[in-house]
Amino acid sequence: MANIEVSPDELALSGGSEFLPKGWELVCGLEVHTELKTKTKLFCGCENVFGAQANTNVCPTCLGLPGSLPVLNERALEIAAMIGLALSAKVQASIFHRKNYFYPDMPKDFQISQYDIPLNADGYLVLPSGKRIGIERAHVEEDTGKITHLGGTSGRIHGAERALIDYNRSGVPLVEIVSRPDIASPEEAREYVSELRSTLVAIGASDGKMEEGSLRVDANVSVRPVGEVPFRTRCEIKNLNSLRSLVRAITFEARRQVDAYLAGEKVTQQTRHWDENVGRTVALRNKEEAEDYRYFPEPDLVPLRPSEEWIEGLRSQLGELPSERRARLVAGLGLSATNDQVETAISVDLYPFVKSALDAGVDPKIAVARCANELASLTPLDPGFEVSWFVEILRMETEGGVSATQAKSMLSEVAKSLISPKDAQEKLGISQLSEDQLTGTVQEVIQQNPAEWGRFINGESQLQGFFVGKIMKVTSGKADGKAVVRILRNLAERG
Amino acid sequence: MTTMSAYEIAESVRDQKVTATSVIERSISNANALNPKLNAFLAIDREGALEAAERIDSIIAKGGSPGRLAGVPIALKDNMCKVGLPTTCGSKILEGWNPPYDATVTKLLQSEGAIIVGKTNLDEFAMGSSTENSAFGPTLNPVDLTRVPGGSSGGSASSVAAGIVPIALGSDTGGSIRQPASLCGVVGVKPTYGRVSRYGLVAFASSLDQIGPFTSSVMDSAITLEVISGFDPKDSTSYDQEVGSLSAQRGLSIEGLRVGIVTEFIDGSDPEVVGALRDAAEGLARLGAEVVEISIPETKLGLSAYYLIAPAEASSNLARFDGVRFGLRVEGSNIEETNVLTRTKGFGAEVKRRIMLGTYALSSGYYDAYYAKAQQVRTLIKSGFEQAYQRVDVLISPVSPTTAFKIGERSLDPLAMYLSDVCTIPSNLAGHPAMSVPYALDSQGLPIGVQVLAPALREDLMFRLAFALEESASGVPTLDPSIKEAIIHG
Repeated sequence: MANIEVSPDELALSGGSEFLPKGWELVCGLEVHTELKTKTKLFCGCENVFGAQANTNVCPTCLGLPGSLPVLNERALEIAAMIGLALSAKVQASIFHRKNYFYPDMPKDFQISQYDIPLNADGYLVLPSGKRIGIERAHVEEDTGKITHLGGTSGRIHGAERALIDYNRSGVPLVEIVSRPDIASPEEAREYVSELRSTLVAIGASDGKMEEGSLRVDANVSVRPVGEVPFRTRCEIKNLNSLRSLVRAITFEARRQVDAYLAGEKVTQQTRHWDENVGRTVALRNKEEAEDYRYFPEPDLVPLRPSEEWIEGLRSQLGELPSERRARLVAGLGLSATNDQVETAISVDLYPFVKSALDAGVDPKIAVARCANELASLTPLDPGFEVSWFVEILRMETEGGVSATQAKSMLSEVAKSLISPKDAQEKLGISQLSEDQLTGTVQEVIQQNPAEWGRFINGESQLQGFFVGKIMKVTSGKADGKAVVRILRNLAERG
Repeated sequence: MTTMSAYEIAESVRDQKVTATSVIERSISNANALNPKLNAFLAIDREGALEAAERIDSIIAKGGSPGRLAGVPIALKDNMCKVGLPTTCGSKILEGWNPPYDATVTKLLQSEGAIIVGKTNLDEFAMGSSTENSAFGPTLNPVDLTRVPGGSSGGSASSVAAGIVPIALGSDTGGSIRQPASLCGVVGVKPTYGRVSRYGLVAFASSLDQIGPFTSSVMDSAITLEVISGFDPKDSTSYDQEVGSLSAQRGLSIEGLRVGIVTEFIDGSDPEVVGALRDAAEGLARLGAEVVEISIPETKLGLSAYYLIAPAEASSNLARFDGVRFGLRVEGSNIEETNVLTRTKGFGAEVKRRIMLGTYALSSGYYDAYYAKAQQVRTLIKSGFEQAYQRVDVLISPVSPTTAFKIGERSLDPLAMYLSDVCTIPSNLAGHPAMSVPYALDSQGLPIGVQVLAPALREDLMFRLAFALEESASGVPTLDPSIKEAIIHG
């Protein structure tokens, strides 16, 4: 089956099943684990941070020392319920279970998770394309520690010479979001994870960093002939550490399964590991070897009974979701829903800026562009950087008081020196030339370039850029580009 | 008993009639003198205890307030954590483990001036009814050294009965405080589930475990329980409700109190045990209580439900003893082998038996028939008690169907051993409080306790009846001559 590797140029797949042989379709559901952005861990007071020195954020509880007990972090529960609300799920009474299995990264040799009654059930996520993906459940559980295998060749547990365990991650709050098998293409899987990530980041649930493991995805993949109703055997793919891996792995796995069926073979239910370097999935274990987790209700924790009042309080904290933000920006812009600038502008850090600018009457195109390009390049912004400064500069630009170039340098200066736009304007020596002064300068440039001017007035409109450039150079960028164009055109009409 | 009560010790220390140091010296000397005979202690902390005693004495010298249990020597069952002492749970698998933190009960006792003098022997991980399952040898009953002290908190019961300490803490999952208290002739209390924080108690069966005191008198148990009760932010299952004054129940009239004798617990008990219970009932009736017999048929299912629920939880709680982070490690060629070798060598037979039982009961395909069914039975038992408490205020029964049995008598027959707890287990399943009050002696001079059971959070009623029972109790057990001889008097 070496003939089904996925090349990078196949990544830009469209929404359908064209990547499969004709007559076959993909059935895919995703399990997304997100670490919650809390100050402390799920069941103890240890700090929840990434990148601290190994085994420094630990205590008897997250080390599973004999005699220790878990106590639920209320903030984690609030965030978990907000995820449910953002996914239009039902937030319900639930309990914790113990999932029992031996593994050295799990200090108690059981994981506290939720089983038959999750906190959030029956929701959905609408993708920018309009497709609605069902959410079966979103439940709360604790993360495990992190193992580094040293020596050996595979980098995996078998064959390694030594294993180092960092328990800083042990007990970090996770929410596992399980989609229904509604995903019909690798591209749709990418779109789903991307939209889910934006949503989680927007409500402040997660920092959404796949590279730091704060968002982890497993894919359940099966295929069937188009028109067949029952699902066929599925395989679960692990180790999808990026959107690229996700798309490649689903593509590979679906083709592998179709090939197997076409060759008259069976697909066995397996957990498979995605090997990004080789570009293929390999079997980890068969279902028959799967563990019996011996789930039972966690006796050290009490049942969760969220009140209507509590739920409504959280709903009011949700704010605008990415889909709502997107709709708002797109409405005023006539842009496509999947425009990159819009996607950047609706991100959690930047959206308050673009929103304030729009409220202040700034040209939506300018608001989105300055936010997605200039402001995004200035992140992380100093907390002292005021939203009103951003709005003021953009308003000056909208009203033609400063040129686009000037507005960009002012933004940069304001962000760097934390001074008001007015002070920045002064500091940069930006003063708008008067219409008369500018007309004089334009006429000078025309006189210096008579041949080009002749061609311009005879219809070679592409020479407009040539003149604008010259004028900008002469005025050291102080001229308003729009005004220059207007003057040029006026002069050209007069001949 | 030859020793002063905890209440008297604390008063004398506060009044500077004796120093905490001298009290502790004597307790430690007795522990050292008697332990070779009793094997009640797994650790005796002379240095730490004397240091703590000096601190108490200096607080008193400066006119400070040293607390309700000032200078009182206390022993902890060795499944509770105290910094500076190993915690073994009577198992080889915890060899060398020194907890880096204190149990909540340890802190609460110390904050009232109590001094931890040592850790007591137990059935491995509190699984047993005779303390013969300890990896460090059995503890003996100070009343008769050929007999068991009961279990699993046998070391705590034995050390209080021998007068080494006036208070010891135990843990009770199915009777592990009340049964040894009865067999050794001391008071033993299992509070309402959630009354005392379990933080720092190494879990056996989390939904059943509860810490409580062993003392010579009902008053000392009342005071100890007042000190260790209360909500603990570190234990989600602890009650956010005051226990109130239990010591104030002494001397209160029981006139008109409705007392029920649980007939199911009489059925399998020895005639002498039943006789003592009848005497106790008559005594209570003379004091004005209305005594009736009451049947709670659901309690008959207790033992079966318990031996599914407790092992199931234990199989999960004991998974962490895997050779990776603490205690024993038997190195294998890979991690699975290390897990297996460590657990094979580290756990004793009874612990392994219960881990296997529990693993089976939780397995996919068997869960509904075993664990889930047992939980339904548990609900039935609870409602059985609740119905009974509509007719009576408190219940009484035997604690143990027999008095102390011989060492080795039941150790090869697990089912016979499990029957030791038939009268105590239902309270754990219901989460209700119950205690053992020493009442009489059998024809061989062995202690017989009476169990007092009360509705959840009604320790006040339970103690009121216990104080009354204590008044009418007959026969203080005579300690084994070799123990009597070895005791060093203050």
